[in-house]
Amino acid sequence: MQKLLNWVDERFPLTASYKAHLSEYYAPKNFNFWYFFGSLALLVLVIQIVTGIFLTMHYKPDGALAFASVEYIMRDVDYGWLIRYIHSTGASMFFVVVYLHMFRGIIYGSYRKPRELIWIFGVIIYLVLMGEAFMGYLLPWGQMSYWGAQVIINLFAAVPFIGNDLSEWIRGDYVIGDATLNRFFAFHVIALPLVLLGLVAAHLVALHEVGSNNPDGVEIKKLKGADGHPLDGIPFHPYYTVKDILGVVVFLMVFTSIVFFAPEMGGYFLEANNFIPADSLKTPEHIAPVWYFTPYYAILRAIPPIFGSQFPGVAAMGVAVLIFFALPWLDKSPVKSIRYRGPKFKIALTLFVISFIGLGILGILPSTPVYTLIARILSAVYFAFFLLMPWYTKNDSTKPVPERVTK
Amino acid sequence: MSNLSVDTSKRRFLVTMTSAVGGVAALGVVTPFVMSMLPSARAKAAGAPIEVDLSKVEPGMQLAVEWRGKPVWVVNRTKEMLDLLSKHDAKLTDAASENTSQQPEYCKNPTRSIKPQYLIVVGICTHLGCSPSYRSEVAPADLGPDWVGGWFCPCHGSRFDLAARVFNGSPAPTNLVIPPHKYLSDTRVLIGDDQGAAA
Repeated sequence: MQKLLNWVDERFPLTASYKAHLSEYYAPKNFNFWYFFGSLALLVLVIQIVTGIFLTMHYKPDGALAFASVEYIMRDVDYGWLIRYIHSTGASMFFVVVYLHMFRGIIYGSYRKPRELIWIFGVIIYLVLMGEAFMGYLLPWGQMSYWGAQVIINLFAAVPFIGNDLSEWIRGDYVIGDATLNRFFAFHVIALPLVLLGLVAAHLVALHEVGSNNPDGVEIKKLKGADGHPLDGIPFHPYYTVKDILGVVVFLMVFTSIVFFAPEMGGYFLEANNFIPADSLKTPEHIAPVWYFTPYYAILRAIPPIFGSQFPGVAAMGVAVLIFFALPWLDKSPVKSIRYRGPKFKIALTLFVISFIGLGILGILPSTPVYTLIARILSAVYFAFFLLMPWYTKNDSTKPVPERVTK
Repeated sequence: MSNLSVDTSKRRFLVTMTSAVGGVAALGVVTPFVMSMLPSARAKAAGAPIEVDLSKVEPGMQLAVEWRGKPVWVVNRTKEMLDLLSKHDAKLTDAASENTSQQPEYCKNPTRSIKPQYLIVVGICTHLGCSPSYRSEVAPADLGPDWVGGWFCPCHGSRFDLAARVFNGSPAPTNLVIPPHKYLSDTRVLIGDDQGAAA
């Protein structure tokens, strides 16, 4: 066996890679609950790819056949219902996990120097994931698929001058039709997953280059023991592989409970209107995007048209997502972790969480004048969190950061 | 390796030129892929005009037909409905249909139609493309006492009157689009083609 391993190692860095990324990759010893979500995101990605492959064996990306083929999967394919519910639950749980993972990055300052690129790769992953989810949602070809896509693609039509040509190019037709469904299928099952895998690899390579941050925001590589390993580091394997397996077990308990007992999640994971075939002549009474897009949808609706153009709202929605890229440079605090930050940051972060969740709730509800006013206030809070960050982080009363990690 | 000195400026020139030519070639290769995503010849040809029999549309009723994949509504407006049209001009964004891209020249009139009785309009909201609901009743509970009949967009709350003109304060920026159409006889109308009548 050792001879075989040696034979491989002379031709491929198998043992070296195993050591570099697992058995001798030293991670800070003080990881807590929040550090489960990175590995869980990877788990959900694998679940989505595997279930997705099996769904494509029965699904038909054709305007005339798509809806019926999904029902066929649900009723006639052995365990088709299970595979589809795992895939649809996986889509929502992907966003649950990714939002918690991003929140971890924000509270512990994981985007700060030298981890800016990890954060940027992460935000691109988030963007691609949104595209992946949006295109996947068209495939069942229900009413919500159809009209949701109609509204989102028409957002591009609001771009000045080139908008109409752009939205026609995206649809491949003058309205959403077979051409749109077919190309979204191509993007959903091959183009975006490939991009996603490449980005995840880049995210991990960058992470393993600089090493993980931790809840104290101290650099463990500064203090090394006689053996050359960080004093506050422990090998990823077996310590964190075992910890992450616990996370996986608990996560799968929640995940399978949803799959078996509430796959539609009261209309939030699978919307009721999507069980009606797409009808280009009739819009459902109330259309709302799936829950993970609702904060941005609420921002879109909150901005009134200016000079007869819908573009300002569309632009605000785009900026609301893209502004995450700027986070490493907006934060001027001398400390990374929330543990050593002052009250100003904590208040700002609390307001941001309230605005994000509040906008998410408003995005599900129909718009009324009162809700629109609340959405405008919360949108202002959302943007203020980012745009005022250079000031409130610089003048905050921070606590001294210890040399070593704490418990 | 030769021991002659390397002419770095020549080398840089060659690298730059090769990259530039390669870049142009890459753009050229991308073009067919981008163009392949435009509406195909079949999609363009699918815009054939359709014929509608107006005698099927009862007074006050709306008939939805499909043209170019979009809903087109044919509404048989009653006398009472038509009388209401002129009473709220001040609340409309474009009461006189000044925006020439929203209707053919022959429908630039207060009823936005050839025959006042029949309104023929593309049922796609000019905001984000939902299809508004036909609400012909006056002042229903959910739409408020000012409602004079028309269309309400469930997606973002745009309001249109019975000539498909948008009310002020709606997210939709313009009136609904009147498609080119032409009467073949008293009760038959051709939607999608006016055979040059607009010119």
